[in-house]
Amino acid sequence: MDKIRYNKFRQTREFLIRHSMLFLMLVSLSFAVIIGISLYYKSVPILDQQSLWALLTGESWKPLKGQFGFYPFIMGTLWVTGIAIIISLPLCLLAAIYLSEYAHPYVKKVVFPMIDVLAGIPPVVYGVWGILVVVPFISTSLAPHFVEFSTGYSVLAGGVVLAIMIIPLMISVFIEIFDALPGGLREASLSLGATNWQTIKKVVLRKSFPGLAAAVVLAISRAFGETIAVLMVCGNVSEVPHSVFDPAYPLPALIANNYGEMMSIPMYDAALMLSALLLFVIILAFNAISRLVLIRIERNFAL
Amino acid sequence: MRHIRIKRIEEKIFKGLMMAATLLIVVSLFMIIVAIVKRGLPAMSWDMVSKIPSGGFYLGKEGGLLNAIVGSLYIVIGSISLGLAFSLPIVLYLNLYLPEKSRLAQFTRLSFDVLFGIPSIVYGAFGFTLMVYLGLRSSLFAGILTVTMLIIPILIRSIDEVMRRVPKEMKDAALSLGATRSEMIKPILRQVAPGIVTAVLLSVGRGIGDAASVLFTAGYTDSIPTSLSQPVATLPLAIFFQLSSPIAEVQDRAYAAALILTFIVLVLSVAARFYSRKFSKNKI
Repeated sequence: MDKIRYNKFRQTREFLIRHSMLFLMLVSLSFAVIIGISLYYKSVPILDQQSLWALLTGESWKPLKGQFGFYPFIMGTLWVTGIAIIISLPLCLLAAIYLSEYAHPYVKKVVFPMIDVLAGIPPVVYGVWGILVVVPFISTSLAPHFVEFSTGYSVLAGGVVLAIMIIPLMISVFIEIFDALPGGLREASLSLGATNWQTIKKVVLRKSFPGLAAAVVLAISRAFGETIAVLMVCGNVSEVPHSVFDPAYPLPALIANNYGEMMSIPMYDAALMLSALLLFVIILAFNAISRLVLIRIERNFAL
Repeated sequence: MRHIRIKRIEEKIFKGLMMAATLLIVVSLFMIIVAIVKRGLPAMSWDMVSKIPSGGFYLGKEGGLLNAIVGSLYIVIGSISLGLAFSLPIVLYLNLYLPEKSRLAQFTRLSFDVLFGIPSIVYGAFGFTLMVYLGLRSSLFAGILTVTMLIIPILIRSIDEVMRRVPKEMKDAALSLGATRSEMIKPILRQVAPGIVTAVLLSVGRGIGDAASVLFTAGYTDSIPTSLSQPVATLPLAIFFQLSSPIAEVQDRAYAAALILTFIVLVLSVAARFYSRKFSKNKI
């Protein structure tokens, strides 16, 4: 009898554990939906008043007058992200090819941990580095050759800091993609007399192009959302930048800088929550697309 | 012949470029650390890590950063415990109960990959709306909640990575002995313990260094909080706020705080490396 009761107890326990785990998982999965809905709910007041299009293309940001134009901030984000990608993409591509195709295992053993460390450094420390090194360099050494005056707090400073910050992510995804390529492809090309570089150019890069594109999209979305480091070096002037030495004011910085006063001005909090919603939706979409592409690649090449 | 020479030269040029790029990345890491240490070290003192700010701290008078150091630790300890309470059951469910190729498991893994990419400022803004909705003020509790949301995807991704590699035979053996699935949890957890430690260290690093998520939710204070409902200072915000001060002594403290934070993160990263050596795969 006792044994039967004990087994009943085990079955009940099993049932309870199993379903509470499933419940926890569904709760966590609904995070994304809840975040989206609550940010949307918070930004409804301003969407009721002005159309989304008008908000996105409006150029003037004067919360006290009720003018909320996101255009300068969107342009600021695009400029900074663009520069970061332009700097980091070639670097990462070259380094990733070197590390996966040429480098001696010993080199990998030394370099990979360093990339890990680079990935672990907090954004605010990158910001401090930007202020200590990048900003003074731009204002005293670089900018005088091109423009009359720049404080150094500029699109370029933001781009350089961001570039360094997205390097670890980009390199590690690139290397994963190269490693996923079947070795037979390379051997076939090499046996036809192609050099290593020719093989890379004509076989490896061409074959892994979709993956590389997905990795870049992943890096772009990381750069889009980066807040503190960019905020510290970008200058934060709400005008559309016209050169790399102009200050910019990316969207995340806008949210971070103004939360203190947003409760006292009507519509201000709705406008800021709308920008958080914009970031959320764009980054969610970018991430989902690139992850799907990456998963498909992994599946196709897994032999 | 000419053709072959060109292709050799091309090979050399690109190999050189690649090595230069790799070198540049490694060097920039050193440059960052050197810059932080060079500026932060002169500002360091024993007071910095052992005292809370006293009157006139923000005018350059006495005091230290103990409030921010302890605050960051509180936040991280709280959110790691809460995060593990969520992520361990989820990963176990994914690996023990769901079949390898189930749609739900694939969807869940994809979702947490995507959630991992959501920037901390969005979590911060969401945490803030949640706070307002619940009628909370910025507090240790709200900070912990927000950082927990931030690190759950990291915990899940990296623990899952290790648990997927538990041999299927181990599970089969347990089942064939008549164990229920929930009775397999203990031996499996023991098997992946080093992986869990690595995951925790990784997420401590992320949680302790993130400023944007606590900016709205944890507030800032000069004292060490004694309850969950009090605001709390954190290291990243200490850096951020003090750096914007016009007074040189206060800025020095920001650099000292940056040095402390970098040191903590480096130690964590080395420790994670050490623990994960067995399980390592180049994944960030």
